[in-house]
Amino acid sequence: MSLITHHEVPIPGTYMFDGRAAMKGYALNKMCYSFNNAENRAEFKKDEDAYCTKYGLNDEQRKAIHERNVLAMIHAGGCIYYLAKFAGIFGLNVQEIGAQQTGMTLEAFRQKLKDQGE
Amino acid sequence: MARVVGGLTTSHIPAIGNAVPREKELVNDPYWKPFFAAYPPARAWLQKMNPDVAVVIYNDHGLNFFLDKMPTFAIGAAARYENADEGWGIPKTPPYQGDPELSWHIIESLVADEFDITSCQEMLVDHGFTVPMSLFWPGNSYGGIKTVPVCINTVQHPLPSPLRCFKLGQAIGRAIESYPKDLKVVVLGTGGMSHQLDGERAGFINKKFDLLCLDKIVNEPEFLTKYSIHELVREAGAQGAEFILWLAMRGVLHGHVTKIHSSYHIAVSNTATGLLVLENAA
Repeated sequence: MSLITHHEVPIPGTYMFDGRAAMKGYALNKMCYSFNNAENRAEFKKDEDAYCTKYGLNDEQRKAIHERNVLAMIHAGGCIYYLAKFAGIFGLNVQEIGAQQTGMTLEAFRQKLKDQGE
Repeated sequence: MARVVGGLTTSHIPAIGNAVPREKELVNDPYWKPFFAAYPPARAWLQKMNPDVAVVIYNDHGLNFFLDKMPTFAIGAAARYENADEGWGIPKTPPYQGDPELSWHIIESLVADEFDITSCQEMLVDHGFTVPMSLFWPGNSYGGIKTVPVCINTVQHPLPSPLRCFKLGQAIGRAIESYPKDLKVVVLGTGGMSHQLDGERAGFINKKFDLLCLDKIVNEPEFLTKYSIHELVREAGAQGAEFILWLAMRGVLHGHVTKIHSSYHIAVSNTATGLLVLENAA
């Protein structure tokens, strides 16, 4: 008997960052992890392409980074905890990232958060 | 013998890390008032209990651990812990004093109790640890208290189940109460409540479930240990699974506790915030 739950009913709009995703997204997440360091953030800003090459990102990951597309980064194996460090370079907070992923304006996204308290 | 005097839980949202140095001014700000107004009773209780040590159960968000090595349960065994740049600019906090002797006692006791732990003699602590410390010890006045960081993986699935985390807490409780020094120990469980940062469901909050958790965790935590991680993600959001850290805190306490204070607020950043103060039965 296995207790492993790969066959759970998917939760719409929700991605379980599991071993499969962690393997797929390793290079992307490793690059984002490097952004804990201010010098690395500056190096990325100076030449994004060179920095992506240094960390071995694949075409899908490079495109998502280039387009600042968080959902595409997640599809390419990104984990939100590391991606948040990438977003931080551009001063984007989690509400702005949330608005982007849900296709809402920032104002509408904030209202949605607030409404759930009613 | 060492004694667990009680437990505290609080959300650890990074935005609070930015706000907390300006609390005196923000406590009258309409956005922050309902959040900060909840903390004075928790601080008053802490002052009254005057603990010697804080065991802080939290999750690392990619400051100390990366995917190259991802322990499920990791415990600090250092004399001092540092915070560092997390990439998006919350101010770095002053260092935290460790208690390596107590840390090793807990690690040894846990392994004997069939919890296989990663011990860390160097460990950076991120906002999951630092924000609660700044909230409970205003002005970062935690210089007189020693800390034991307990880090539980919430980054990469599989995460340990709610039941497993509750049992880990119980084992930590047994470890502390078999420590021969007369110490008063408080346990912190950080993170939560419902929130989701990623995916098309970003911004998900579940007030009904959060209130159920705040209620049941006091006298009926076993009810909450029946959830699977998948169910917890469904009900509390992808990052709301941090509630396992609260359950680990609850496990450290005895069966009977007294609720001193609780608070719930929607929302700070993308997160429903929760605060809970439980005093342990003597």
